[in-house]
Amino acid sequence: MPDDRKHGGVSRRGFLATVGAGAAGAATLGAAEAPSATPVVAVGSRVDLDLRVNGRVRRVAAEARETLLEVLRDDLGLTGTKPGCERGECGACTVLIDGRPRYSCMTLAPEAQGREVTTVEGLMLGEDLGDVQRAFVEQDAFQCGFCTAGQVIAVEGLLRVAPDPSLDEIRDAVSGNLCRCGAYPHIFKAARRAAEIKRGARR
Amino acid sequence: MRAYYPSDPAADVPASAPERPAPWAETSVVGKPLPRVDGYECVSGTAVYTRDVALPGMLHAAVVRCPHAHARVKRVDTARAASLPGVRAILTGDSPGAGLPWYFAAGGATSRLLDPHCRHEGEEVAAVAAESLEQARDAARAIEVEYETLPFVIDPAEALKPGAPPIHEGGNQVREREAYERGDVEKGFAEADHVLQETYRTPCEIHTPLEVHGSVARWDGDRLTVWDSTQGVFGVQEQLARCLELPLSHVRVVGSYMGGGFGSKLELGKYTVIAALLARQTGHPVKLFLTREESFLCAGNRPANTLTLKAGVKADGTLTALQLTGLGSSGAYPSGSGTGYQVADLYLCPNVRIVETDAYINAGRARPMRAPGFPQCSWALEQTMDALAERIGMDPVTLRLKNVPNVSQRRGGQPYTSTGLSRCLEQGARAFDWEEARRRPREHGPILRGVGVAACIWGYTGQPVSTAIVKCHADGSCDLTLGASDLGTGTKTVMAMVVAEELGLPIERIRIEHADTGTTPYAVPSGGSQTVLVNAPAVRAAAVEVKRQILELAAAQLGCPAAALGLRDGAVVGPGETRLVLKDLKGLQQQRVLVGVGRRHPHPEGKVALPFAAQFAEVEVDTRTGEVCVRRLLGAHDSGRVMNRLTYDNQVFGGMAMGLGFAMTEARVLDPETGRMLNANWSDYRIPTAKDVPAEPVCLPVDPEDAECNSVGAKGLGEPATIPTAAAIANAVYHATGIRVTEPSIDPSQLVRRLAERRERG
Repeated sequence: MPDDRKHGGVSRRGFLATVGAGAAGAATLGAAEAPSATPVVAVGSRVDLDLRVNGRVRRVAAEARETLLEVLRDDLGLTGTKPGCERGECGACTVLIDGRPRYSCMTLAPEAQGREVTTVEGLMLGEDLGDVQRAFVEQDAFQCGFCTAGQVIAVEGLLRVAPDPSLDEIRDAVSGNLCRCGAYPHIFKAARRAAEIKRGARR
Repeated sequence: MRAYYPSDPAADVPASAPERPAPWAETSVVGKPLPRVDGYECVSGTAVYTRDVALPGMLHAAVVRCPHAHARVKRVDTARAASLPGVRAILTGDSPGAGLPWYFAAGGATSRLLDPHCRHEGEEVAAVAAESLEQARDAARAIEVEYETLPFVIDPAEALKPGAPPIHEGGNQVREREAYERGDVEKGFAEADHVLQETYRTPCEIHTPLEVHGSVARWDGDRLTVWDSTQGVFGVQEQLARCLELPLSHVRVVGSYMGGGFGSKLELGKYTVIAALLARQTGHPVKLFLTREESFLCAGNRPANTLTLKAGVKADGTLTALQLTGLGSSGAYPSGSGTGYQVADLYLCPNVRIVETDAYINAGRARPMRAPGFPQCSWALEQTMDALAERIGMDPVTLRLKNVPNVSQRRGGQPYTSTGLSRCLEQGARAFDWEEARRRPREHGPILRGVGVAACIWGYTGQPVSTAIVKCHADGSCDLTLGASDLGTGTKTVMAMVVAEELGLPIERIRIEHADTGTTPYAVPSGGSQTVLVNAPAVRAAAVEVKRQILELAAAQLGCPAAALGLRDGAVVGPGETRLVLKDLKGLQQQRVLVGVGRRHPHPEGKVALPFAAQFAEVEVDTRTGEVCVRRLLGAHDSGRVMNRLTYDNQVFGGMAMGLGFAMTEARVLDPETGRMLNANWSDYRIPTAKDVPAEPVCLPVDPEDAECNSVGAKGLGEPATIPTAAAIANAVYHATGIRVTEPSIDPSQLVRRLAERRERG
């Protein structure tokens, strides 16, 4: 993912290393910046961020250490994106960043500046469900629903690059999204169905 | 089973038994593969889970937890934390209310809300409320705690030895040994042609629902409202009211959407009480959620068990005796770790002895986990059945079929309302192509292939206590009010289908209010596979009552007997062309609302209603890497009536996925040096992913049309879906490799070692 390295934001690893915290999780958005390039921000101080979320620019004042997940949920009220682990393991918080599925809990909010962020709310067509969402309901591709936004986004991200995915591609695409209820077989079906719906819509 | 469903205070039989409607002859809605009624909310992001609740002025809380397996808190210094920005309140063991006694439904030892004696890693020591979650966590980290570390014990067998570190006064045995005996096992073993004995061990499994445990608490004067991610709002309400000495009417618990529980959310959590105390102290609502890591330490588990099973069989496949000796651990506080039910009830066997011991250890307390005790027992019993079949040269399906009981031996020989166990085995084997699959060559170069089967029964009949309300509006659309939580099993959907069935109403015209002690009537917690079989009959009764009222009004208006009328497509229909839409029903238009209250009828007298299943697995074992790939899974289930085929299949697949994790990847690892959990996260404690489960598992409902079990005919599905999976996989691995995996887990590290050992032996 070469383009991931070009962003000018602050990576989690770079930031944490700079402020002297202990072990940090791996940065989801590509390799860490060199520490020298990273601004040092005191704990508690807020920075203004312009985030482009679901097609609109939203200005928020957030702590630099806040993750995109926290800002989406707490500052922008977009609670469709769920926190499952806050450590990059479960994928419940997956959003699209420039069209690619990313863990928003592993993305510092400042990193998302200048990028296009899409959450599950952003897939809606007004009050109507988007194609992937519709397919998830039709195929009963969830149980408790807490991982569902992440699964839907992962499938949406897949279909944007692979309009007619194979089963293996589907399994790969959602392999970073845990579902403890185990709805996986229905998720696979929903992904296929969503692809069909999208292809139909294009014709 | 009582210990597992502790918050059910009600008697087994309601004081006055409500009438029970006749079984449905045929259905037009129930059984259909309908999408969920709350599907839109779940996929659009508009469903509000407890985790999403945000109230004006709400503070956030974080907890300081003991980092040691066993320690005593000597000193807590909050000075630095209190000076940090945003901090509003700090709770320590010395704060008012923090010494609140903490009881466990299983009885026995108790604790305190913030107990200075920390008996496992992760025990609550202090808590902070601050304006932001970051501030609360910063402050929690700034609290300095001095501990006196104590000797610890994490192995149940060690814990019972003389001189082991005492976890509670009175020794480390949780309760009297649980014993069950019928017949004469010694005589039974003497009569057997073959006797096998093996010791099996199971891993400690953690529930890890996607939504971690947590609550939001808000006071209005002396009235408390709590939003809780729970399987049972009424259980939480009752425990909370008792804790805080408040009338039930002053404690409202709101559930609504919840992100999974699997048994770990059946009871009041300390986090809820801590949030309530901090909210009272600060005068602000307080939100407190565990972190994922915390949830691994102190939100329950399926305890590890060591089970020695001795079995006798005659050459013709007749079981003569079964003897189970078990050791498990409730953890640091009383819960339950028994497993024996299936040994006593799944197969015909005249002579059975079960002795099980439960020990305290310095680790997180067990909670019921999806079919508590049953997958562990299945791991031992169903592998033993497999070994017996091989010993006498009989097909494993045939051996099981030979020993199918039609009465519950464990419940005094009472007959079952229905038993589909034989049909599950026979139809399952046919659909799986079992005989052909067993005959196919097992070796394909380095890959070994094999198939296995395991059967099960689930032993909890549910508490027949439920009240539901159906309200018919002037336009004929309805509200259903129900106290039960929907864990993701499709409870709301199934209940709406029941109303739609009775009232001839499109399902879209039904709105559901559920899981809120302030607005819905009492319901038992959703768990133990009881939700549908306990609540759906109450819902049906409420709908039947509304129907009776509508038809009575219509009969008066039309001048014909109510018995000649019915409801279809939102209208009263009768002989000939008679059709009266509800907006023209005068009585309804005058009254503007009709209300039907339905209650659950008692269980059938002298009979037992329980679900059965048989599951089949096919695996491939790569002898070079030890990797095991589960190629196929088939679940044949007798859970009575299929209420909704879509959610039914989904639940069976999910249960099998969880069973696969139990067999292959999931195990709590405690460090023998420190007693601390080494894998309290989802990277190191691995639950199945999309790449671990077979892509197209098969669900085969075996529907015996049980007209006796209850008024809807369903027997419960959530638990049996996961009970036999691990054993079926283990049996398939044995069929493929000849290696009997008795210890957790079926993973490359074990198989590579076992395959190498076998090669060395030649």
